[in-house]
Amino acid sequence: MRKLHRWASVALSAAVMVSLTAGCSNPADGGSGADASGKVALLLSTMNNPFFVSIRDGAQQEADNRGVSLNVLDAQNDPTTQANQVQTAVANKATAIIINPVDSDAAAAAIRPALDAKIPVVAVDRGITGVTVDSFIASDNVAGGKQAADILAKAIGESGEVIVLEGIPGASSTRDRGQGFTDRIKTYPKITVVASQTANFDRTEGLDVTTNLMQANPGVVGIYAQNDEMALGAVAALGGNTAKAVKIVGFDGGDDALADVKAGSMVADIAQQPKLLGKQAVASISDILAGKTVDKTQSMPVETVTQDTVDKFTQANS
Amino acid sequence: MTTGQVGAVRRRAGQDPKTWSRRFVANNGPLMGLVVLCVILEFASHHVFLTAGNLSNVLVQASTIAVLAFGQTFVIVAAGIDLSVGSAAGLTAMVSAWMFTSAQFPAGIALAAGLACGVVVGAVNGLAVAWGKLPSFIATLAMLSIARGLTFVISGGKPIPTPSSVSFFGSMIGPIPVPIIVLAVMGIACAVVLNLTVIGRSMYAVGGNIEAARLAGLPVKRILVTVFALSGLFAAVAGMVIAGRLQSAQPGAATGYELNSIAAVVIGGASLAGGVGRASGTLVGALILTVINNGLNLLNVSAFWQQVVMGVVIALAVFIDVIRHKGLSH
Repeated sequence: MRKLHRWASVALSAAVMVSLTAGCSNPADGGSGADASGKVALLLSTMNNPFFVSIRDGAQQEADNRGVSLNVLDAQNDPTTQANQVQTAVANKATAIIINPVDSDAAAAAIRPALDAKIPVVAVDRGITGVTVDSFIASDNVAGGKQAADILAKAIGESGEVIVLEGIPGASSTRDRGQGFTDRIKTYPKITVVASQTANFDRTEGLDVTTNLMQANPGVVGIYAQNDEMALGAVAALGGNTAKAVKIVGFDGGDDALADVKAGSMVADIAQQPKLLGKQAVASISDILAGKTVDKTQSMPVETVTQDTVDKFTQANS
Repeated sequence: MTTGQVGAVRRRAGQDPKTWSRRFVANNGPLMGLVVLCVILEFASHHVFLTAGNLSNVLVQASTIAVLAFGQTFVIVAAGIDLSVGSAAGLTAMVSAWMFTSAQFPAGIALAAGLACGVVVGAVNGLAVAWGKLPSFIATLAMLSIARGLTFVISGGKPIPTPSSVSFFGSMIGPIPVPIIVLAVMGIACAVVLNLTVIGRSMYAVGGNIEAARLAGLPVKRILVTVFALSGLFAAVAGMVIAGRLQSAQPGAATGYELNSIAAVVIGGASLAGGVGRASGTLVGALILTVINNGLNLLNVSAFWQQVVMGVVIALAVFIDVIRHKGLSH
């Protein structure tokens, strides 16, 4: 009986904590959403990641250019907060919503109030499961995977064993970046993919998985990591000199990875252009509001950045 | 307490030479499991698994989870749970890196500050549990969130390069990687505290029956604070190893490691009800988890199946242990 009591109190306190945290986020939404009237609402998943901050910067630039007033809200990676923000935006008669979903599945229900109110919706970077929005804008991850295959093949002289570090299993970026690479690497008959293993987009796991795979396949000459973090883990696993002998290609275009490309410990990085994503989202919204039609899906190009082009890329995107 | 006494009786009976080998096998189920796992992997991997290089990799990769789990062992023996160890590891490494780069303290002081930060985080958990009367599940869940949040606040969400004193934890001394040395030192420290110190023996008493421990005159509150402070210190050391290996403190480092550390302790034969647990068992538990990861990589098993295999092995390991104990006591 005492045990039961203890568990009941644990469950109760957990419930209280959850409701407290959920409650905390509400006043903030109301506060920042209050002046959203007549504006385009930009709902970001998080500002705690430079990638999404760049999306915001690009969107703000384009909004300033076109004279669109933009109301930026940060969901702090919480799908519930984001759902509240959609409701608040609709209630405050936002003219359009640009959403960067925290979670593609959760966003399907969250975006419903906006669709019911017939407000134009554009999704950026992540799609909304089962919902056709006015436009979905994301990096072309399949093309990026193909570009990665080409630059890696070139770096290893179109022959030898390579390994792949996969992202989080089941994520759309993992699928697309993997598929593009797999399709293209097949066209190089002398290249074999000897192992393809997940390191969950994580730097520490990238380090451990690379160490393990190099043990099983000591002849590997190239590594394709489906994001920067895992590529940096692979660089750490191989150490300075070996990293230059084994060619590593990353994906995303983050600062740390570009620095490694510049230093030569990574041979190339497939860089996304988050600013371009933000710009295109605002451009599409203002086209839709002006009565023009825009494509339902828009794939933004990704850029292959090598030691030769890294300075140019950094300047253009700073 | 009862299970602890049974264990003690069993250990004494184990000194009888006739039954020694049988007792050894019966008392070291997880170790036997690890050996079987290694043999299977050796053949399945076409003799890559049991090479010096790969075994060194396994030990290096086991070091972080093992050190976290050694700290977790104190807490679980005392019938608590520490969900904050992953966040504490991330925070302490970040504190060291920040002290060195932004606040310009000498490398040695930066390292000491990080370790002290781990002790403080743990002690706060302990105070919340002992004096605040919070269930350890809730107190450390709150700390999981607080410590991770502070890590993001300090770092601004970006990795910070580590000082030499921290990078040392990822380097080599001669042919031996430092993480392996850390693993050995912390493992021995955990075993010594649990077996040879008054405070360590008191942890078993508190975990076995907290009321009886109180009535016997043990300073239960002080013991609980020490237990969590030790867990925090061990988490800090694990944090230094992770940061040292990457030469940088990552804001998201060790996210989710608390569950692996708990799994390692339980696979190693400890009871979540408290009063039972050994450092050697925890080491075996951590090695089993690491060997599975390493083996699945060597065999190039698909990511989807890896998760299935991991879950099945964890469940099997504990299930076999439960069956074994039942079989012996009836």
